[in-house]
Amino acid sequence: MSKIIEVKNLSKKYNIAHQQGGYIALRDVIVNIIKNPFKHLKHKVKKIIRREANEDFWALDDINFSVERGEVVGIIGHNGAGKSTLLKIISQITPPTNGEIIIRGQIGSLLEVGTGFHPELSGRENIMLNGAILGMPKKEIISKFDQIVEFAGIGKFLDTPVKHYSSGMYVRLAFSVAAHLEPDILIVDEVLAVGDVEFQRKCIGKMNDITKKEGRTIILVSHNMGAIKNLCKKTILLDKGRVIKIGDTSEVIDFYMNKFHAQNRNIDINNMPRTGDRGRVIKFTDCKIINSEHEPTSNLLFCEPFGIRLSILSKSSYDNLRIAIKIESSDGQSITSPTSNDINLLFNVEADRSLIVEASFKNLLLTPGLYWITITINKMDMGQLVLDQLVRAVNFEVTEVPHQDHKAHSGTYGYIHTYPEWREIK
Amino acid sequence: MEVIIKPKKTFSWHDIKEITKYHELLYFFIWRDLKVRYKQTSIGIAWALFQPVITMIIFSIVFGRLAKMPSDGVPYPIFIFIGLLLWQFFSGALSETSNCLISNQAIITKIYFPRLILPLSTVITRLVDFFVASIILIGLMVYYHYTPNLIGLLVLPILLFISFMASVGGGLFLAAVNVKYRDVRYALPFFIQILLFITPVIYPPSIAGKYSWILAINPMTGVIKAARAALTGNAPINWELLLISGLGSLLLLFFGVIYFKRTEKYFADII
Repeated sequence: MSKIIEVKNLSKKYNIAHQQGGYIALRDVIVNIIKNPFKHLKHKVKKIIRREANEDFWALDDINFSVERGEVVGIIGHNGAGKSTLLKIISQITPPTNGEIIIRGQIGSLLEVGTGFHPELSGRENIMLNGAILGMPKKEIISKFDQIVEFAGIGKFLDTPVKHYSSGMYVRLAFSVAAHLEPDILIVDEVLAVGDVEFQRKCIGKMNDITKKEGRTIILVSHNMGAIKNLCKKTILLDKGRVIKIGDTSEVIDFYMNKFHAQNRNIDINNMPRTGDRGRVIKFTDCKIINSEHEPTSNLLFCEPFGIRLSILSKSSYDNLRIAIKIESSDGQSITSPTSNDINLLFNVEADRSLIVEASFKNLLLTPGLYWITITINKMDMGQLVLDQLVRAVNFEVTEVPHQDHKAHSGTYGYIHTYPEWREIK
Repeated sequence: MEVIIKPKKTFSWHDIKEITKYHELLYFFIWRDLKVRYKQTSIGIAWALFQPVITMIIFSIVFGRLAKMPSDGVPYPIFIFIGLLLWQFFSGALSETSNCLISNQAIITKIYFPRLILPLSTVITRLVDFFVASIILIGLMVYYHYTPNLIGLLVLPILLFISFMASVGGGLFLAAVNVKYRDVRYALPFFIQILLFITPVIYPPSIAGKYSWILAINPMTGVIKAARAALTGNAPINWELLLISGLGSLLLLFFGVIYFKRTEKYFADII
């Protein structure tokens, strides 16, 4: 097999000011120069002789790996490990600071589904536009048009502007266009996290078909360990812009979930990097596991009731906030994902006030192992807009030691322990 | 096919060639902009006519009738409409192009394509509006019994080309500046407004007397003057002035492309 992608000594430096989304106003720049020309000059000189290196941070730091033709490679890591930056450089959206990537083939990138969709245009028009933006030649879009429509299942609404679509339909149409893209190398970022469960399954099926039948090379970033396991043979673990481990998927995932992460318990929720605009106005500042003694911990006894305490800080006032928690096993299976709205509970917060919410789990008996918590806060009345989300924010371990009168776990299968009513019928 | 991704150089001819590779996307962007524009207004394509016509009528009354502005012996409505057509193309292209990167932010941060395509498609979209509004000019010329001569007609594409270069050049510069400095867009409408008064749209350049050469620095001055001469035959075409305009817009284009390409690599990071 030949190497289709070779990444050599790749690094990317960002300016911290840019990362925090601070826009520069020309007015300020001009005022600064006029007010204090010497200070400005000194600053410039300092920058040139690289004294102020502390303003920079390396999103990627000397990355090396290669991908063979037909290989499906997963990329995993914390929030802010550099996964998205890596995909952006491979997709040529942003240039690297040092190093190079050699790509032997045509690249198609799916960093988001529905890129360039225009709400005023109809489904039909958006298929054409989105296809062109993703790099499909016009002829190809026309020849695949019927397949795309059929896969999305939006037949009737083909000529309706997409602004009238439900969010499910919108995502289905968007993914459907993307799924019919046929580049040599497909770059996929977290797109499997959208859509309903049935459609997700369909997408994973479609991706499986693509890779197995057509021998396409795929690079996939996902927080969904299940999807990575299903699709990828090889996985790369990134942390703080460096490659920590490359190899067989199950080994890397095992290392990530059980060893690597377990060492990283002191996680600073407040300063954890967010995707896009999330966390800009309202954010999680803390997430703690509370044991039955009402103390924060990261170790629970088997069958011990526990709580998850979330601190939220908001810059402006909000109402109708829904909080959701997902608990995931160390091999990437979702165990449960309750939301406050399940019991019709929505929260309000005032500007510059914090909100502390605790969800107590009295009857969730998890079997011994490591578990991950994903927390989300969204606004119910704005199309469930996600205001902040931290995927796998914290983890906790359920130990073998039983709580109070419970018996030790037999150590066999499953994630959840239950006490069914046993009785002899005959 | 092999692509090597490396830290970017400022400018290479390869980038320009790349645009031809992406010509289909350019076409789709133009198609989208036209479609959306005409879908959003209830009167559709008539909007492209409405704006210049109403402006022409108001200016004819205010400047032609009330202020008795000289118009070099041409009926004021025709005089102003030629100026307005070109001016609205230029100013519209400038202000829309300056915003085109920000309004397509979602695409820029997610997909690679030569970024030059976006401003280019925006200017071409304005060009379509220009052609639609030109229908009115033909009507006006028939009404006032003006027939342009052959040389005049041949010169028109050159004039359009000069305006196009000036719009793309200025637009590229403003678009790039706008990504970096977000307050520029608030000041821009004001500057475009001022620019209208230092361009001979509502008055003939002769009004400035011996200082009229100052106006020639603005590439649109030569273009508008030549367009009036070509279409109405009120004066011979001032080739010297037109040459200055041509060189001016070429310079603007050159400067615009260089500045755009220099800042382009950071667009996805700071937008």
